[in-house]
Amino acid sequence: MTVAKRTFDAVIVGAGGAGLRAALQLSEAGLKTAVLTKVFPTRSHTVAAQGGVAASLGNSTEDNWHWHMYDTVKGSDWLGDQDAIEFMCRKANEVVVELEHYGMPFDRTDNGKIYQRPFGGHSQNYGKSPVSRSCAAADRTGHAMLHALYQRNVRANTQFFVEWMALDLIRNADGDVLGVTALEMETGEVSIFHAKATIFATGGAGRIFHSSTNAFINTGDGLGMAARAGVPLEDMEFWQFHPTGVFGAGVLITEGVRGEGGILRNASGERFMERYAPNLKDLASRDVVSRSMVTEINEGRGCGPDKDHVLLDITHLSPETIMKRLPGIREISIQFAGVDPIKAPIPVVPTAHYQMGGIPTNYKGQVVAPKNGNPNAPITGFYAAGECACASVHGANRLGTNSLLDLLVFGKSAGESVVEDLSNGNLSLKPLPADAADVSLARLARLEGQTNGESVFDVGLEMRRTMQKHAGVFRFDKLLKEGVAAILDVAERSKRTEIKDKSKVWNTARTEALELDNLIEVAKATMVSAEARKESRGAHVRDDAPDTAEFPNGRNDNEWLKHTLWYRDGNRLEYKPVTMQPLSQDVDPIALAKRTY
Amino acid sequence: MSKRTIQLKMYRYDPDKDDKPYMQDYTLELEPSDKKLLDALVRLKSKDDSLSFRRSCREGVCGSDAMNVNGKNRLACLTDIDSLPQPIVLRPLPGLPVIRDLIVDMTQFFKQYHSIKPYLINDAPAPERERLQSPEDREELNGLYECILCACCSTSCPSFWWNPDKFVGPAGLLAAYRFLADTRDEATSERLDNLEDPYRLFRCHTIMNCVDVCPKSLNPTRAIGKIKDMMVSRAV
Repeated sequence: MTVAKRTFDAVIVGAGGAGLRAALQLSEAGLKTAVLTKVFPTRSHTVAAQGGVAASLGNSTEDNWHWHMYDTVKGSDWLGDQDAIEFMCRKANEVVVELEHYGMPFDRTDNGKIYQRPFGGHSQNYGKSPVSRSCAAADRTGHAMLHALYQRNVRANTQFFVEWMALDLIRNADGDVLGVTALEMETGEVSIFHAKATIFATGGAGRIFHSSTNAFINTGDGLGMAARAGVPLEDMEFWQFHPTGVFGAGVLITEGVRGEGGILRNASGERFMERYAPNLKDLASRDVVSRSMVTEINEGRGCGPDKDHVLLDITHLSPETIMKRLPGIREISIQFAGVDPIKAPIPVVPTAHYQMGGIPTNYKGQVVAPKNGNPNAPITGFYAAGECACASVHGANRLGTNSLLDLLVFGKSAGESVVEDLSNGNLSLKPLPADAADVSLARLARLEGQTNGESVFDVGLEMRRTMQKHAGVFRFDKLLKEGVAAILDVAERSKRTEIKDKSKVWNTARTEALELDNLIEVAKATMVSAEARKESRGAHVRDDAPDTAEFPNGRNDNEWLKHTLWYRDGNRLEYKPVTMQPLSQDVDPIALAKRTY
Repeated sequence: MSKRTIQLKMYRYDPDKDDKPYMQDYTLELEPSDKKLLDALVRLKSKDDSLSFRRSCREGVCGSDAMNVNGKNRLACLTDIDSLPQPIVLRPLPGLPVIRDLIVDMTQFFKQYHSIKPYLINDAPAPERERLQSPEDREELNGLYECILCACCSTSCPSFWWNPDKFVGPAGLLAAYRFLADTRDEATSERLDNLEDPYRLFRCHTIMNCVDVCPKSLNPTRAIGKIKDMMVSRAV
């Protein structure tokens, strides 16, 4: 197969919020940039975000970045890096106001400012009371944001390669990143995108789970590519289960519903969150709410004939409020739960939602990995932002609305870093190795020639079921140990997937097989990292690490206040320290404490 | 719930091996969890991996899985299987070139969208904080900004079928009015100039297929009417 070569200053993989925000930085700087995306940009999964983006604008209630930083560190169960968290919270107002200037149709307060609503885990005065920090466009904030960012890129003449799937990362013998290989879906042709800088903004991999709020496209392509190229994946044991996925369908119901006053109820109608989180109640952090819900269900207080879900009640809100602030939720509820929430509560269940871990980066969006004794040595030419990256601002548990903030701040930051590194001569176009496309071509040839293999659908289903059973909301030592063996077995099977469709043109059987290769890497990283972490922290809660006086909430800071790094080669783990020191002298480190809401 | 079986009749075309398109019949056994047409398509693809269609969010916000279902443009993910008479006849969106199976070439559709300058134009120096906008002015954008660019509307519009290169089409015009209606935008006359043309705006003959098919319940015809009103009021 002939492989065409294209050359750019920078190539960005992914055109969701992070990729588009990074692209703006590069296009407006006049750099020759290619944005590769396997779907048209406005189809990216940022579009599905609902409730809002965090910024301490203080438009409705007093607020400041110190409180936001405290909430984020506490929400992360102290696993987040405090330099990156300070950076993000201090940048929030700037990037949200920029977005407003780009045309984002935020809802408005009576005096014309951006409307803000309360959200889980966000507080005034270091946990004292809820704060309105989530900047919202009804319950369609992600849609409004993604379209505004795409539109701004149209203005900036950004060059998109739409419906191109990136296949593999290209590195040279020094480990520098030189670009990617990619498949044009319409023709089936493979090209090399050779660049001085490569930014991954490929989103999450929530499709490793059977029950997920995520889109079909969320297959962890960037993580798979990074892992195959020898880059470690950080903190992959930490997955967020969103408290309110529609029971049965998995479709997301925003936490903004509870921000607007929604209440979770068990079979007897009790507002059970009052027992688990007396202070913030239904607006406690997501991991806390999800575990409370599962506990209610496990203890027989679930709703429905099988007592397998709880109810999200907004019938006490006025129909006007629901129509104005939560119109999309009403549509989703009618479509996927068969319930009009104005009249009856919505059946919900915790559902896999967000990947806190990812490709390790610093706050500048540079990808980092251990080298010569430095645990955070930048990889030349490689950057990442958004859900695929781990900066780490979310640590062991992400707060709602911090994901849209993450992609704005670090998308911009990664773009700025590339512009800076190009202008000061730190980056250059390095010669491509002769075998630059060989890994990708071998993967395609394997698929082309595979006989007597298994279907991609069957192997994928087995992976999703394995992850759901062995690495769910609560984790059990025995299930995790079995899960490691089970997922490694599925990974072996994935090497023999077979597709019947051999067409060159828009072959989705082929792209789904290639996506499964990426998902499998994420699934292995998740299971192996989770089995190894013998404590409870944030979203990772184990049966053998309970709440004790010595280890509050089961957290063991002496042994486990550290980031996991999973390497594909040898399926091995390393660890690196958490950055407890903020970026500036303006704020003291947020001291370790037991997390309660 | 017992297993249901459905009949589908699907448009098939793979330029790599087919001389011309054909309709293929399928009998498909559903699982109880298969509720939406997209669930059925994903199920069918697990049995015949050569079937090609776009899909992503599966909840009606990304706009990927628009197709012609029993003669009407719809999103597969928001269409209840049980609401459809059988055989369920599936075709690609009409009026655009077919690449393969249910996948159409949307270049022309997006070209028209891009032609209306779908971005806020305000060259005044940006203030340090957000530009102010009253809740009432913001409400003018409701029913406009929610468009998901699925193309159900434009590809159901006879005027777009005849003149896809000259008529902007309902989706593009809805977007045009979204910026005309935004108090923060300062390019009103430039935007109207851009549409002042026998085709770009005025090929809309208020057939209203766009309103009928929009999966987000938006009303492009009303938006087009408002643009025409603006044209008239600036002419007098």
